[in-house]
Amino acid sequence: MDKGFQLLPEQATRLAVEVDLLYYFLVGLSLFFSLLIFFLIYVFAVRYRRRSEDEAPMQIPGLLKLELAWTVIPFILVVIVFWWGASLYFKAYSAPPKDAMEIYVVGKQWMWYVQHPSGQREINQLHVPVGQAVKLTMATEDVIHSFYIPAFRIKKDVVPGRYTHLWFEATKTGVYHLFCAEYCGTKHSEMIGSVVVMEPAEFEKWLSGSESGETLASAGEKKFNQLGCGTCHARVPGARGPALVGLFGSSVKLADGRTVVADEAYLRESILNPGAKLVAGYNPLMPTFQGQINEAGLLQIMAYLKTLK
Amino acid sequence: MSEHHPALAHHFEDLDQQFEAAGLGMWAFLVQEILFFGGLFAAYLVYRMSYPEAFIQGSHYLDITLGGVNTAILICSSLTMALAVFYGQQGNRRQLILFLFLTIVLGAAFLGIKAVEYTHKYHEHLIPGPMFHPEEAHPPQMQIFFALYFAMTGMHALHMVIGIGILVFLIYQARQGRYSVEYNSPIEIFGLYWHFVDIVWIFLFPLLYLIGRH
Amino acid sequence: MATAVFRPFEHQIADPDEVPKKHYLNAGFSAKSWLLTVDHKRIAILYLITVTLFFLIGGLFAVFVRLELMTPAADLMQSETYNKMFTMHGIMMVFFFLIPAIPAILGNFLVPLMIGARDLAFPRINLLSWYIYMIGGVFTFAAVLFGGVDTGWTFYTPYSSTYSNTNVILAAVGIFITGFSSILTGLNFIVTIHKMRAPGMTWFRMPLFIWAHYATSLIQVLGTPVVAITIVLVGLERLFHIGIFDPAVGGDPLLFQHLFWFYSHPAVYIMVLPAMGVMSELITCFSRKKIFGYEFVAFSSLAIAVISFLVWGHHMFTTGQSIYAGMVFSFLSFLVAIPSAIKVFNWTATLYKGSVSYQAPMLYAIGFIGLFTVGGLTGMFLSTLAVDVHVHDTYFIVAHFHYIMVGGTIMAYLGGLHFWWPKITGRLYPEGWSRFAALVVFVGFNLTFFPQFVLGYLGMPRRYHVYPEEFQVLNVLSSAGATILGVGYLIPLIYFIWSLKSGPRASANPWSATGLEWQTTSPPPTHNFDKTPVVTGDAYDYAKFARENAKAEEATLV
Repeated sequence: MDKGFQLLPEQATRLAVEVDLLYYFLVGLSLFFSLLIFFLIYVFAVRYRRRSEDEAPMQIPGLLKLELAWTVIPFILVVIVFWWGASLYFKAYSAPPKDAMEIYVVGKQWMWYVQHPSGQREINQLHVPVGQAVKLTMATEDVIHSFYIPAFRIKKDVVPGRYTHLWFEATKTGVYHLFCAEYCGTKHSEMIGSVVVMEPAEFEKWLSGSESGETLASAGEKKFNQLGCGTCHARVPGARGPALVGLFGSSVKLADGRTVVADEAYLRESILNPGAKLVAGYNPLMPTFQGQINEAGLLQIMAYLKTLK
Repeated sequence: MSEHHPALAHHFEDLDQQFEAAGLGMWAFLVQEILFFGGLFAAYLVYRMSYPEAFIQGSHYLDITLGGVNTAILICSSLTMALAVFYGQQGNRRQLILFLFLTIVLGAAFLGIKAVEYTHKYHEHLIPGPMFHPEEAHPPQMQIFFALYFAMTGMHALHMVIGIGILVFLIYQARQGRYSVEYNSPIEIFGLYWHFVDIVWIFLFPLLYLIGRH
Repeated sequence: MATAVFRPFEHQIADPDEVPKKHYLNAGFSAKSWLLTVDHKRIAILYLITVTLFFLIGGLFAVFVRLELMTPAADLMQSETYNKMFTMHGIMMVFFFLIPAIPAILGNFLVPLMIGARDLAFPRINLLSWYIYMIGGVFTFAAVLFGGVDTGWTFYTPYSSTYSNTNVILAAVGIFITGFSSILTGLNFIVTIHKMRAPGMTWFRMPLFIWAHYATSLIQVLGTPVVAITIVLVGLERLFHIGIFDPAVGGDPLLFQHLFWFYSHPAVYIMVLPAMGVMSELITCFSRKKIFGYEFVAFSSLAIAVISFLVWGHHMFTTGQSIYAGMVFSFLSFLVAIPSAIKVFNWTATLYKGSVSYQAPMLYAIGFIGLFTVGGLTGMFLSTLAVDVHVHDTYFIVAHFHYIMVGGTIMAYLGGLHFWWPKITGRLYPEGWSRFAALVVFVGFNLTFFPQFVLGYLGMPRRYHVYPEEFQVLNVLSSAGATILGVGYLIPLIYFIWSLKSGPRASANPWSATGLEWQTTSPPPTHNFDKTPVVTGDAYDYAKFARENAKAEEATLV
């Protein structure tokens, strides 16, 4: 990360290359129009400078054709730019590829806490393999933060009370800046870290250095048992709580007749606020776990629930 | 312009222009008010869409009788206000003062009933914040319903209090003989404000009291 | 047949007898005659003094911010202090300088004069606006004195409502109160423009300054109440934890952002539309030309005001709002660029075949076009979804909005102040110094803010107290520029004050301009016009102006 003076950030994803291309286009367009305006003003200012005090210039009220031209041409240009920017955005921020590796991130005043499925945890660092799509599921313990990797040209706010997602595929090994981009209080500018992009083999080696030896899912299972979730969500017919095996990603019929997909947002809500979306055929018995479990723990349980197939 | 009406300000050509300006000013002010309440209505809309159940349950805690009586009182106060405007235009000072006074009485009655309702909510631990502990089981989002209930009705009540203050001033002015057939625009323009405050209630009542009841 | 001539450039009053004996400035000298005045011109002066004061305070905070950013490490102050510095800089500049600057000072002074009215429709409400502004200012200033606020001027929840332990409530109350000053000023302008125009002053004969202020007033009346109620909600949440933005009970912190930007994006146009109005006056006067495409410039102001209410979501592209919402807001944000572009093109075209002279106001006007063009075009980067996501909350944004607000609004404000200074005070300022100051401001401004575009694209987030070393060179450049910019702002302050006592007396129409405000004395009498003016022609009709001058000249020869 030791860099001298530069004018453009590194490009470490394909998206970065594409965004830069659009950026160059915009810079070109801006240069064209600002130089055009500057040039015209310069020419008019010099050519039509006041030569004597009683000059009375010819009056021109306007010209409809010109007005239309400089309404329609910019309009066409902005539609092109809009389309370009929107399609890039659409690609970059729709769902990640199916084979994306999942990593869980929690923002907290003022650090980033990262959990890998294999159990490896890190603070203010994110190790990822090169050439592999990575999906981040992010939550925050307190205020809004924003996960920003300039070299990847991606950014996503982390908002209290919900999960946000971000995905990328690094194309170049190296160490890149990780910033919190949303002002989050006193040490906002110290909520920074680095993203380390490694060759897959090296990454595997790094992963195996996990000190606890416990995967995220098994940590989640432990939490699950500690909180006594299994007493009701027992794997027997007629249990007080609905079965959890195969739940993640399936559709759930609710007591009020609606059907929802059991995604992370749904599971999160059902743990913290069980009454909100009651499963059909069950009584509202479950207490809230608000305050008994933090975001990191919730994400562990999430990882555990995903393994119940 | 040899004879200036005493109420004509120096920068207007005539009373008509002055009245039109004041009227437009009040309309612009009411537009501003709509957007002021609009922020709260927007918040209401968002949360009601997100948490319909919690809102319905919260609504059941509100006293529909007291709310209904208050609605009737406010509608009556709009009538007395309209009559005050009418007698103001007729130059009938006695009746003008009478109906302004009745409007104050009705407004005060509304606020009194509102205060009773607020007290009930206090005893039922329905004040949002750390003191929010309703006895029955409830979804946590019900607190948001009550946050909006107090914000919206509180803001409305504040407008009523200000309105009553101005009514007192208008009565004072009327007793001084400031209003006549030629000049009564303050009453008419204040009437716009009073009706507006009523209309806000007409929206608040169903949105807060009547949801989930058919 | 009279040939078209302009009177020789009569800056100064030739005959000392022509100095008006009675005018609004000598109508009274007591403190009471100022503090209880209902004369829109005197109220404008009250605003001028207080707004300048807030500008200096806000500027002082900027000095500390730029000093601290000279080095990557924290060496001048703690992070707590730094965060308060940029917050107070933002609050002071946005709510107490930029929003009132042009409307409350120049608008207050000129709206009645330009439409031939004796005063604003509600003079007492106008005075009330100033008092409300001052009370809000006192609250906010108290927030500074008691230790400051550190939420950023945007007050994002839940940081502002729950986590910050600074004087959020005091500052919020201050901003809430000040908002009503802005609302009442807007309301006063709307009614004045509708109902108080002089005979013959039809809508399409109004100066574009008036159109711009009309559009501004619409935003003030429609937008400000929303942010006012939003701030009330933040205060309630902070004081009583009512839960409205608290996710634990289902509240949504993002609702705040929606409500806040619903006002605060249009608020940007409260700041820049009046500047555009000033521009139309300056460009026409100093090129002696009718504005090119009057209707287009006029309606583009209204178009901007309307569209500005539909673009707030572009501040939230990274919050996780739906991709489709992002696309809609992106598209609408692009649309708002069109009327701005129309204005720039029309101003440029106005110079064509004009008779262009370069007094200080014109230098500011030309500076405005340049800086606003850059600011506007970089706005396009921010409407572009994929690019915005990268530069959102970086120095790119900081540079962009300073180009609009400082490069745009302040340039036009200073241009306007130089233009109307002779009218307001009856005095002239030194020509050479004023041109020099305009150049210093332009150079200093670009040096301060251009490097920040580069910094932003490199990825330096805004509101960073300490930063990685590779960003230092650009930050030092920026701080150096800020020093020059600061000097550029101080020079006019000095010669304006000097001119009050020692400046030469200005004539009624020192720039040979067409507006009604130039047809009365400098400074104007308390009731603006000795006789209600009757308007018979279009705005900026310099041809007619020249013909009439020629006729008058002939008459004197006979």
